[in-house]
Amino acid sequence: MNETILLDPTAENAPAQRARLARPDSLQGKVVGLLDISKPRGNVFLDRIEEQLAAMGIVVRRYSKPTFTRPAPTELKQQMAAEVDVLVEGLAD
Amino acid sequence: MTITMPDGLIVVAKADCPTCRLVEPLLTELAAAGALTVYVQDSTEYAATLPGTLYDQTLEHSWRLGAEFVPTLIRVENGQEVARTHGWHKGDWRAISGLGETLGKTLDEDLPEMRPGCGSKTLEPGIAESLELAFGDVKLQSRQIDISGADDPIEACYERGWSDGMPVVPPTPVRVLRMLKGTARASHEVIGLMPPDLVPCTVEKVAVNAVMAGCKPEYMPVVLAALEAALDEAFGLHGLICTTMFGSPMIMVNGPIARAIGMNSGGNALGQGNRANATIGRALQLIIRNVGGGRPGEIDRATLGNPGKYSFCFAEAEDSDWLPLAQERGIEPGRSAVTLFPGEGVQGIIDQKSRDPESLVRSIALSLRAVDHAKLAMAGDAVLVVSPEHARVFSEAGWSKQRLREELEQLLLAPGKDLIAGAGGIAEGIPERFRDKQVPKFRPGGLLIVRAGGTAGLFSAIIAGWAASGPIGSSPVTREVTL
Repeated sequence: MNETILLDPTAENAPAQRARLARPDSLQGKVVGLLDISKPRGNVFLDRIEEQLAAMGIVVRRYSKPTFTRPAPTELKQQMAAEVDVLVEGLAD
Repeated sequence: MTITMPDGLIVVAKADCPTCRLVEPLLTELAAAGALTVYVQDSTEYAATLPGTLYDQTLEHSWRLGAEFVPTLIRVENGQEVARTHGWHKGDWRAISGLGETLGKTLDEDLPEMRPGCGSKTLEPGIAESLELAFGDVKLQSRQIDISGADDPIEACYERGWSDGMPVVPPTPVRVLRMLKGTARASHEVIGLMPPDLVPCTVEKVAVNAVMAGCKPEYMPVVLAALEAALDEAFGLHGLICTTMFGSPMIMVNGPIARAIGMNSGGNALGQGNRANATIGRALQLIIRNVGGGRPGEIDRATLGNPGKYSFCFAEAEDSDWLPLAQERGIEPGRSAVTLFPGEGVQGIIDQKSRDPESLVRSIALSLRAVDHAKLAMAGDAVLVVSPEHARVFSEAGWSKQRLREELEQLLLAPGKDLIAGAGGIAEGIPERFRDKQVPKFRPGGLLIVRAGGTAGLFSAIIAGWAASGPIGSSPVTREVTL
């Protein structure tokens, strides 16, 4: 059997390098979202960030995923995209 | 596929077929009587003097004509086939050629009534699929990767990161086509979005990975059902792939398909050595890795993992005493099904002394406390695998599977004060609010029981689930296997 041609077993999205959005120069005037993925103590981390941002006079909005085991529901992703300029996510406990 | 066929007679022949040699002199008579096209599969010298003879070197004509035997005689009128015979049947050849009893008049000897032909070259091993790929309707969509520069295709697969660490079968187009023969489903059908990258997973990608895992085509219906079950929202595959914990999809198979494809439900059922068990579980893992992008060290964050992440698949040893798992979960008797469970490793229960169900159920309950942690409760589900010798202790006393489960649930109630964080000098434990409650070990429906294993050995086994069991993370999912 000719074995010189193989069929790609992957999703074939490997080479597509996605460019990141440019980082904002400053958070002044921006709305910052804080997403709790619902892992234990994620709120402790995010509470502290909120405190620090608020002290800088930055508007903060809080969100949380129903469970850390699944991707965020589409409605939540759309809501966050509509309401904030920047999002901080606490990834793990 | 429709093709334009030349009107008149068509003969498909092979020079090394004695029956083709028998009819070779008759072809001159056929050519004299009307239009004749002869496709010769293996030679330029057969019937070489006739103007309508073509060497069908690529076998395209033979393949398009659907020739299964040589010689094959076909009559075509107005581009349509109207008659066909194969081998030598004097009556058929006389009728189809239209020469009647004059056929063979140029020969000295009488022709036999009948001689069987030979197999067409198009059906030789390895050739049929190549012809289908070259000339057929099947169009494989996967990117073709030319590895002709590599000296070893298995090493080329390693280099591209397609392996779980063990060698994979190189997924050539012919092997993938053969694998697709194992299912009636179209190769471009999308089974679902494969986590963690959430990319569409087609039947063809399943076949490519099943080839690499070492599956036979006849395993495809089980692999597809397992993937569908794994992609059910309730199974929560996304989180299971990414978790730091131990679990990974484990496949339990019920029904006639298990025996049909030779799965092991007996001795060493949870171990190595059976092709179907080993490769079906591995195929699902390779799909997770290659299609979904779930690779350890990347988005698979397992702290320790478990060896079942190479492959974990077995069949239940069904008997008439206990209801098979799939039927407990709503599948009709006589049907085949897979049940997906987020399994960790195997913890043995050795009890060689209990001879009555009351003792044995206590023994098993005590061992089940170790799931997740002896002080945790209602976190991880568990599968209890009861070996035939242990199952006999229960069934001889008239205990159904359901009875065993109910007795276990009773025995697994524990005073909260013993399990709360800090109790026994151990910081781990359940929240303080359970202090004055009787706490079940498993959430409702969180204990699955199957019968499997060899006929000797008073052992059972616990396969703990993911500590994030239930709606928060993963629930077992059962899916019927359709052929």
